[in-house]
Amino acid sequence: MIRLSIPFRQALSKLTLPVLIAGAFGLLLLGKADTVVMQRARMALADVLAPVYGLLSEPLSSVRRGVDDVRHLFTLYEDNSRLRQENERLRQWQAVAQALDVENAALKANLHWIPDPAPSYVTAHVVADAGGIYARAVLLSTGPGTAVAKGQVALDDRGLVGRVTELGARSARVMLITDISSRVPVVLESSRAHAVLVGNNGARPRLMFWPEGSPPVEGERVTTSAEANAFPAGLPVGVVHYTSGKVAELVPYAQLDRLEMVRLFDYGMRGVLAPEAGITKPGGEVKK
Amino acid sequence: MSFPTVTTAALLLVLAAPLGLPGQAQWQQAGALCCVFFWGLFRPASMPPLAVFLLGVLADLLAYAPAGVTVLAWLLAYGLAMRWRRGLTRLGFLLVWFAFVAVAVGAAALEWAATSLLSFQFLPMGDALLEAGIAIGLYPLLAIGLTRAHQTIADPDHA
Repeated sequence: MIRLSIPFRQALSKLTLPVLIAGAFGLLLLGKADTVVMQRARMALADVLAPVYGLLSEPLSSVRRGVDDVRHLFTLYEDNSRLRQENERLRQWQAVAQALDVENAALKANLHWIPDPAPSYVTAHVVADAGGIYARAVLLSTGPGTAVAKGQVALDDRGLVGRVTELGARSARVMLITDISSRVPVVLESSRAHAVLVGNNGARPRLMFWPEGSPPVEGERVTTSAEANAFPAGLPVGVVHYTSGKVAELVPYAQLDRLEMVRLFDYGMRGVLAPEAGITKPGGEVKK
Repeated sequence: MSFPTVTTAALLLVLAAPLGLPGQAQWQQAGALCCVFFWGLFRPASMPPLAVFLLGVLADLLAYAPAGVTVLAWLLAYGLAMRWRRGLTRLGFLLVWFAFVAVAVGAAALEWAATSLLSFQFLPMGDALLEAGIAIGLYPLLAIGLTRAHQTIADPDHA
């Protein structure tokens, strides 16, 4: 090692902190100028951690389920009567659905309807939250060789979750519809009016930009629209709910706070490329 | 690698795991900030500036934050802790905590402002407030544990 005089060494140690602070500024600029480098570093780390967190998430979720089970024991009576009522209601709907299904099939047969091709999908485990403080996203463990691509649509068993925005070799990051950068073109089911679902980092994204004269109705179903070629039409997203301040929000169908598994559908939609980084300018130009 | 650096890195990794805690991202950032401030104040030799830099990079990568934001906030918090070292370490715990309140609010505000600026949008301030609040509330608890460690395991003379 090079021998340095004591005053020189002291001066050098005093300089370290300012130099590193300058380095932090440099990192800020680099991260902004070249999003790909940071994204690669992030996904490389995610690739290492995803299998480990995947192993961890099994026992952790069984612990959570155990706690839930204990809690449910105390509400057994109310749950039971609520479920009985719900079952009654659903039985009626089932009858309606079966009748409509038969009618739909008959009409399609008469019209020589060209059926939509069944989309291919893969199912992946959600291994960790990948949002940080200022974003809402989840990390999936995909395993090598799985056909996952940017822009694929993620759904849980109930509804729309989000889209794949970043890809690693063994992991993928899905930006949720609640993320502040998320914009989803939607259709209000009863009026068939188009609107945009705007994430706000909260649990309930907002509905905006509906045409004048057809505002969202409380309790109305909202589905995706094929506009902008980012999502296929008709995926269930949620129901409209007005806040006390008369703001139209959406209660998502998907259980976004407790995602365990999602299905990634490949609809071949490449109309809007997925944002490159965790936080990007909404609607901004995205590099491939 | 010293004890403070390793434990802070471990804290970051553990709090990035799918524990399902409410506000887990805030806990992660706040907990590590407490550690950085504590060690910067009481034993900067065990957590040199370069370690703070690397921990910040790890935190930014884990939190999917714009690169450099956490690094900058932590280096500044660490720098302040070092600068106040002479005066603060002689004062009582309560005053150290008050100083940390200022640092935690400043760090959260800086992170919020920088992230907002870099993403060209006004991010919700509630998340930053929660982060600062958790850090302020967590500091006394962590300080008790870290003071123990500071006097025993992390002290090379007693190791």
